[in-house]
Amino acid sequence: MSDNVEVKTLIIDEQEVSARRGQTILQVARENDINIPTLCHLEGLSNIGACRLCLVEIKGSNKLLPACVATVYEGMEVTTNSERLQQHRKTILELLFAERNHICAVCVSNGHCELQTMAQDQGLTHVRLPYRNPQLNVDASHERFTVDHNRCILCTRCVRACAEIEGAHIWDVMGRGINSMIITDLHQDWGSSACTRCGKCVQVCPTGALFDKSKIGSDHPKYPDFLPYLNLMREAQ
Amino acid sequence: MSKLKVATVWLDGCSGCHMSFLDMDERLLELAELIDVVYSPIVDAKEFPDEVDIALVEGAVASVDDEKKIKKVRAHSKMLIAMGDCAVAGNVPSMRNPFGPEAILDRAYIQNATIQQQIPCVVVPKLLKVVRPIHEFVKVDVFLPGCPPSADTFHAALTALVTGEPLDIPALTRFGA
Repeated sequence: MSDNVEVKTLIIDEQEVSARRGQTILQVARENDINIPTLCHLEGLSNIGACRLCLVEIKGSNKLLPACVATVYEGMEVTTNSERLQQHRKTILELLFAERNHICAVCVSNGHCELQTMAQDQGLTHVRLPYRNPQLNVDASHERFTVDHNRCILCTRCVRACAEIEGAHIWDVMGRGINSMIITDLHQDWGSSACTRCGKCVQVCPTGALFDKSKIGSDHPKYPDFLPYLNLMREAQ
Repeated sequence: MSKLKVATVWLDGCSGCHMSFLDMDERLLELAELIDVVYSPIVDAKEFPDEVDIALVEGAVASVDDEKKIKKVRAHSKMLIAMGDCAVAGNVPSMRNPFGPEAILDRAYIQNATIQQQIPCVVVPKLLKVVRPIHEFVKVDVFLPGCPPSADTFHAALTALVTGEPLDIPALTRFGA
């Protein structure tokens, strides 16, 4: 038996589950229909544990671990939805809403936004923190797409989709902490960057930060489900 | 049981929440059996009453006048409901925040005016530097997000609040709804 098929048994939310060695808590939870909320995770991209929504409690540890990158071990006991975790998740969402200018009512992604849906799912009815209201740019220099930094939550799905799937690595992150921004090339306008115009970044963006210019109003559903299929087909070749 | 006294207040918003409230249509008649609307932009009362059971507030706090009003409403209301995204989160009125009130006044009254280019300074209240949701000024008891919250949301929420039944707001509405 190779390392890959070594079976681990663990407990997630009082449910006994089995997993393969090297699997993440998130993978195992989802295989067993246990929902752990995520924003930066996307099936088909690498995991970076950036958004912290998937934090879970592990028995015997006082640290919270991001389920998307933490791997399982034998006898692990995971709690995914305690009162404490719910509070943390709400606070994380409040921080995201307060950090930039997310005005759902006038956003192209209204009704199709993962941040908006997540807020509703997590029972968020208002933001207790003061809004920062930063002045941020909208770059509409690209012929097909627009980036509105007001809506960006820095999940870096666009960065990973462009680098890992398209292989172009046009997107990246500039600056640190609260000054972080996604940029194209070496902070050039998107329109004059080496963008291949494939549009994968737009489809994987969870909010209205990246959108297609040909869509008007809030009629802008996104379809990131192509990623796992694309990966599967590439592996098959 | 005597009827509950309900007030509705209009701060910096578009009146869409009030329109949506009215969209309850014939259900307003059922509600009228349980509540009296004692103060509202759509009734005659000019002064906010001394004692109100439920106050529904539409709009963000954007001017010194809004600030005065919301404090008065809070002082005289048992329950205060933030009605709609402007009251809950600032929403569209808060889109001026990154630029400041001077830039907005300049755009409206100087750049876009063809005659009498001047910024009004009498009668109209002074704008606050930053537009903020009402819970940053006073305690809010119930948050009803949505732009606007639907008539169904109003009906479900008000019925629950008036009859004391449990109310699950995220099941009814969301930001931008």
